[in-house]
Amino acid sequence: MTNTHQRPLRILLAKLGMDTHTVGITIIAHALREAGMEVIFTGLKQTPEMVAAAAIQEDVDVVGISTLSAGHTRNLPKLARLLREAGAGDKLLLAGGVIPEEDRPLLEEAGVDRTFTMGSDTRDIVAYLNEWWAQQLAADA
Amino acid sequence: MDVAKELLKGTILAGARAIRWLDDGDPRGARSLAEIFPHTGKAHIIGITGPPGAGKSTLVNALISEQRRRGRRVGVIAIDPSSPFTGGAILGDRVRMGKHTLDPDVFIRSIGTRGQAGGLARSTHDACLILDAMGYDLVLVETVGVGQDEIDVVALAHTTVIVGVPGLGDEIQAVKAGLMEAGDLFVINKADRDGYEDTYRQFELMLHLRAESKALSSEHWSPPLLRAVAVKDEGIAEIVDAIDQHKAMLQHTGEFGLRSAQREREQALTLTCTEIMRSIRRNADPAILSAVEKREMDPYRASQLLIQNWQKDPDI
Repeated sequence: MTNTHQRPLRILLAKLGMDTHTVGITIIAHALREAGMEVIFTGLKQTPEMVAAAAIQEDVDVVGISTLSAGHTRNLPKLARLLREAGAGDKLLLAGGVIPEEDRPLLEEAGVDRTFTMGSDTRDIVAYLNEWWAQQLAADA
Repeated sequence: MDVAKELLKGTILAGARAIRWLDDGDPRGARSLAEIFPHTGKAHIIGITGPPGAGKSTLVNALISEQRRRGRRVGVIAIDPSSPFTGGAILGDRVRMGKHTLDPDVFIRSIGTRGQAGGLARSTHDACLILDAMGYDLVLVETVGVGQDEIDVVALAHTTVIVGVPGLGDEIQAVKAGLMEAGDLFVINKADRDGYEDTYRQFELMLHLRAESKALSSEHWSPPLLRAVAVKDEGIAEIVDAIDQHKAMLQHTGEFGLRSAQREREQALTLTCTEIMRSIRRNADPAILSAVEKREMDPYRASQLLIQNWQKDPDI
């Protein structure tokens, strides 16, 4: 049955808090879909608790949070902690949007694996995810 | 983590992982399924289908609330189309079900069709078994937006709900013949919209004709036609009442177990056919196919030869 194996990367995309800027996350969703990934979109005004619960139910490999109206230094560490506590700390956690350079060490310390700030090229995000996913599949094989 | 053991206890992480394995065709999925299969057959599988834009996700959201009010644990499988070109998908049904995310007695899973036609994903059946084994009382299966004959859900579900909507142009287009013949329950959603009365009359007529057909009618059940405005929670309790009545009828007549049994039997045959088809494709003699490409051999003759060759060395 090995050659019937098809394992696309699954990624959950969400926005936390009262942030309703959807242009970026929508473009990312389409770019990832066109790169052959399964994108689970949960919508806006999510809490870290909701994102963690959805990520576990969906068994995604990656959680991507778009943040453009602050709150990320509070929300993202909380999400990382909730995922770890639920036994899902192995999921890759990405953040994108308006994230000041000086906040990045704090986020990385808290468990955010990578941030993509304003002006990031969707092709770079796809390439980064493809490379990460290839490593995961190789490690699993 | 022993996935099969944990999911039988209802552990979400384990159930979610088992569904992933089965969806990916990972052999660990089939091994887990073998362990949990004897514990399945209890959950009421309810299919929700209808054309794109009928409000299926919003209706499912409202149905979850009403089922929870009645104290039932609810599993949901929401299917969206995968791209036939890239294999990618945007699975957005959760957007309408956000308020149930933190309810520990609701489990929602989005699944891409991954090339499967018919309105379901290949792993839908397996995902139903997993949710069944996890102890959910019912599983709501929301299909992709369907057209005329994508009614695979009927073979999967105990109870199929067809969702129509006013104002999709020519009323009869809203729900075509295949769907009218399939449903156990009909709901016209967005019933506060213009054109509702016309749509209602069209449905009524189709159901009347169905009742007169010996092949399509049943002495135990005549499909009710209900109205709903799912976004305002209107008509939802009545739908769940009708779903419950349908289940009671199925149990009373013994059809509940019969439908489950048929489903598993069909699944065994489907899996067999899929493997045989893959084996035939894998082993097809390129020389024969090339002869067809050059029009030196016709497809029927080629097919006979490919089958003969495969039977000599099945490699399955």
